[in-house]
Amino acid sequence: MSNSSSGNVGIVIVSHSSKIAEGAADMVRQMVGNAVPLAWTGGDTDGGLGTNVAGILEAIEAAWSSAGVAILVDLGGAETNSEMAVEMLAEDRRARVVVCNAPVVEGAVIAATESSGGSSLAAVKRSAEEFYA
Amino acid sequence: MSLDRAAREKLVRALAASMIEHAEELTSLDQAIGDGDHGLNMKRGFEAVLATLPGLADKSLPEMLKSIGMTLVMKVGGASGPLVGTFFMELGKALPEAPARADLVAATDQAINAVKTRGRSEAGQKTLLDVLVPVQGVLAGGGDAGAIAAEAAQAADRTTPMLATRGRASFLGERSIGHMDPGSRSASLLISAAVAALEFEAIS
Repeated sequence: MSNSSSGNVGIVIVSHSSKIAEGAADMVRQMVGNAVPLAWTGGDTDGGLGTNVAGILEAIEAAWSSAGVAILVDLGGAETNSEMAVEMLAEDRRARVVVCNAPVVEGAVIAATESSGGSSLAAVKRSAEEFYA
Repeated sequence: MSLDRAAREKLVRALAASMIEHAEELTSLDQAIGDGDHGLNMKRGFEAVLATLPGLADKSLPEMLKSIGMTLVMKVGGASGPLVGTFFMELGKALPEAPARADLVAATDQAINAVKTRGRSEAGQKTLLDVLVPVQGVLAGGGDAGAIAAEAAQAADRTTPMLATRGRASFLGERSIGHMDPGSRSASLLISAAVAALEFEAIS
């Protein structure tokens, strides 16, 4: 998990595999450096393949930006757990976090690139979702 | 129905035992059409629930159910965590401390709707909803413990020939046909354990 403070939209990467999440985050960093708050989480609470709500909540906190946070997920459970985590946020934060319907690696890189230009949360989400649509 | 502390603890232990004892079976069902972690995930979640005893059973029934749900959400580690956890949390929100059958009917309906929303799913897609929905129908129709447990088992069996259109099994398309849905099986086991532990006939 890594972080950087800025007014740009934060990016959270959620994969069943911590290696994929970390690797995708490395690819994002290579593209945008520290211009974008970034965090990743992967694996269940025992370290096996899976996702967990506590880890996602921590990642959202780590990548928090007043501009909001875009979450990129891989498969079903990652999405369901991410939506659950968003719902558990304080009300004033909930509306500023979105789960993107995009491939996790490509979506994270595209979302971060869009964010690094100072785009809004809605524009970041749209870019990630439209690229492969 | 008013559950004293002993009855609440008995209920928790029965639910947990059903998942722990059937972990291998659930995992093997999930290996056939999913990612093979359902048994382990549910076992992990309910072991975490057990670890919150004895304090858990000191809570009122609604608070206890909410707490179970939150533990499952945090610990299960698959999509079933938020789905089953949401069911328990919503039951806890909707039930009074000493529910009558009408309260149970209304609360289970509310909890099922929350699961549908969480999973963006409906019955017929080879998910736990294919057990929850028909069992709730039997409860609403006045069925006794035997009828509820029987419907739970039969409903899980009925998922075997179904085509999965939601969840990991949907990736398999027609190859999902011929295998029982693991989430339906775990829901069925939990329902059977609950009605047995509650001596459900006492509820009027």
